[in-house]
Amino acid sequence: MSDNFVPNKEYLVEVNNLKQYFPIKAGFGKTIPLKAVDGVSFAIKPGETLGLVGESGCGKTTVGRSLLHLYKPTGGDIFYNGQRVDEKSIQSMRKDMQMVFQDPYSSLNPRMTVEDIIGEPLDVHKLYTSKGERRDKILHLMELVGLNAEHATRYAHEFSGGQRQRIGIARALATNPKFIICDEAVSALDVSIQAQVINMFEELQDKLGIAYLFIAHDLLVVHHISDRIAVMYLGRVVEIADADELNASPIHPYTQSLLSAVPYPDPKMAKERQRIILEGDVPSPLHMPTGCAFRTRCKYATEQCAKECPTLTDRGNGHQVACWNK
Amino acid sequence: MSETILSVKNLCTSFTTEKGEVMAVNGVSFNLDKGKILGIVGESGSGKSVTAYSIMQILEKNGSIKQGEVLFKGEDITKFSEKQMRAFRGKCCSIIFQDPMTSLNPVFTIGNQLKEAIELHTERKGKEAEARAVEMLTLVGVNEPEKRIKQYPYELSGGMRQRVMIAMALACEPDILIADEPTTALDVTIQAQILELMQSLQKKLGMAIIMVTHDLGVIADMCDEIIVMYGGRVCERGTAEDIFYRPAHEYTKGLLRSIPNIDRIGEKLVPVPGTPINLLNMPKGCAFCPRCENAMKICLEEQAPEVQMPDGHFASCWLSVKELMENQKGAGSNE
Repeated sequence: MSDNFVPNKEYLVEVNNLKQYFPIKAGFGKTIPLKAVDGVSFAIKPGETLGLVGESGCGKTTVGRSLLHLYKPTGGDIFYNGQRVDEKSIQSMRKDMQMVFQDPYSSLNPRMTVEDIIGEPLDVHKLYTSKGERRDKILHLMELVGLNAEHATRYAHEFSGGQRQRIGIARALATNPKFIICDEAVSALDVSIQAQVINMFEELQDKLGIAYLFIAHDLLVVHHISDRIAVMYLGRVVEIADADELNASPIHPYTQSLLSAVPYPDPKMAKERQRIILEGDVPSPLHMPTGCAFRTRCKYATEQCAKECPTLTDRGNGHQVACWNK
Repeated sequence: MSETILSVKNLCTSFTTEKGEVMAVNGVSFNLDKGKILGIVGESGSGKSVTAYSIMQILEKNGSIKQGEVLFKGEDITKFSEKQMRAFRGKCCSIIFQDPMTSLNPVFTIGNQLKEAIELHTERKGKEAEARAVEMLTLVGVNEPEKRIKQYPYELSGGMRQRVMIAMALACEPDILIADEPTTALDVTIQAQILELMQSLQKKLGMAIIMVTHDLGVIADMCDEIIVMYGGRVCERGTAEDIFYRPAHEYTKGLLRSIPNIDRIGEKLVPVPGTPINLLNMPKGCAFCPRCENAMKICLEEQAPEVQMPDGHFASCWLSVKELMENQKGAGSNE
């Protein structure tokens, strides 16, 4: 952790050179580090949505969890509202930083009623003075996410997937947060229900001014909801830009192939478009290539890519890219 | 005129559960032409996978085909004995599943599993079968196939496993390949590899493909013809252009409105209201009518018949029936 990093007051959340290594047993009492997140930096303004995309195993979920100190970061700085996030300060900050999880089936306790699920954050942070106030708050939250208040005494299994996700969102909203991490929050839902939940996220943002870190692998959804998008590959951010700009003119070869690989729901466009097919698979994060992690699948790779890892450099308009050749 | 290889007529499949009988597939009909890719699209519980499983007759024990015919080259395979079915599966029609990890046997090598399929259905035995396995792995783009056939599924990545599944399915040169959500468990860039592979193999080997998926992007990319299913019934069927550019059924329209579109990125999505259907509690009329904004009285009462739209594709929606009737009346008064 570097003490000399000065947070920018303009940002609600600022992450600088975040590292999250997990020790993996390699036999004979030895451990080797799995570099799940290796030097990630980004910042989110109040009321802004930053999309975080990447393939499975690229560390996007880990970034979200490290931000909330669900894992203790190996290195780097996290600031919320200009204040350093560490083990002590996070206790009071969790009220302002909440999370919505991917699986609406496993993230809700089956033995609790909806009322208790949504009320738990209120209990933990002691956000009410009387039982009546607690109940009013819960009913208000249920209304906010479009749940029928009459269903407060039901259990999670009595709801459909989309409704359960609404319960999860109501729980996240209970403490009146300024920042919510949505970890694949719509991935498990059917298309027609997904649109309902996406619209709700947007309405809540307009109404309450919440900033989102929207982690997902569906690029169309991320493009739709995000102001800016960060693309991750093997624990590092390779490109970060305004959502429209990233989609219109991606610079990093990985982003280019990722965008070209998205199956587009339009038969004519799908037939006209040229897919950039990447060779091979993502390397194991235990045996990361030297230098740029993407070089093993990159057609532009040179000697320099193997020697040194490129850092994010600004290409104008806040469009940052980490690539030697582009 | 293209040759119809598989013809499904009024297929009904139901499951007996503790809570009662569930009609998972309710009167599905379609034709699959030789060398074409047919897409079945729908949300969870729409009956798209059960349709595929019914064709292969690999339903769970509590499920059975209640009605209808599945004609493969003119023969009704629903009347086949188990022995005949065993010959049909793999040789005439094979299937690949969503999760390549759970559909490969973890205790046998890749080569062993590939050889099993080949020895079972073709004359090739022993060394010859092994040569064929290597040949198939090369065909689906697995590098170092001689080494791979000695490996176990856990040693391969998700994309590689799906390639092995495809190799296994195509080893006996079936006429039809059913792909049940073949790329749902894979990452976008790997998905692109697999879709590209399926397209090129289809061109090379000329088999027909039934693609079952919930992803409208994959469907648009791959399919010549599309069937849209909801609540076990076919809402609409037609060419990819018909479905995406001229949807007639209210559900298809709603589905297309609810996906983010690059041309309308700043605009709000228009979700389909309501919650997915409960198959145990099916409405009397149209399955979609509880969620349909333009539902009429008749939609509640009766299931709409399948009508042919002016452009030649089929839809089962009372609104299209109404529209057609009004057009006819209009045309009549002009004369």
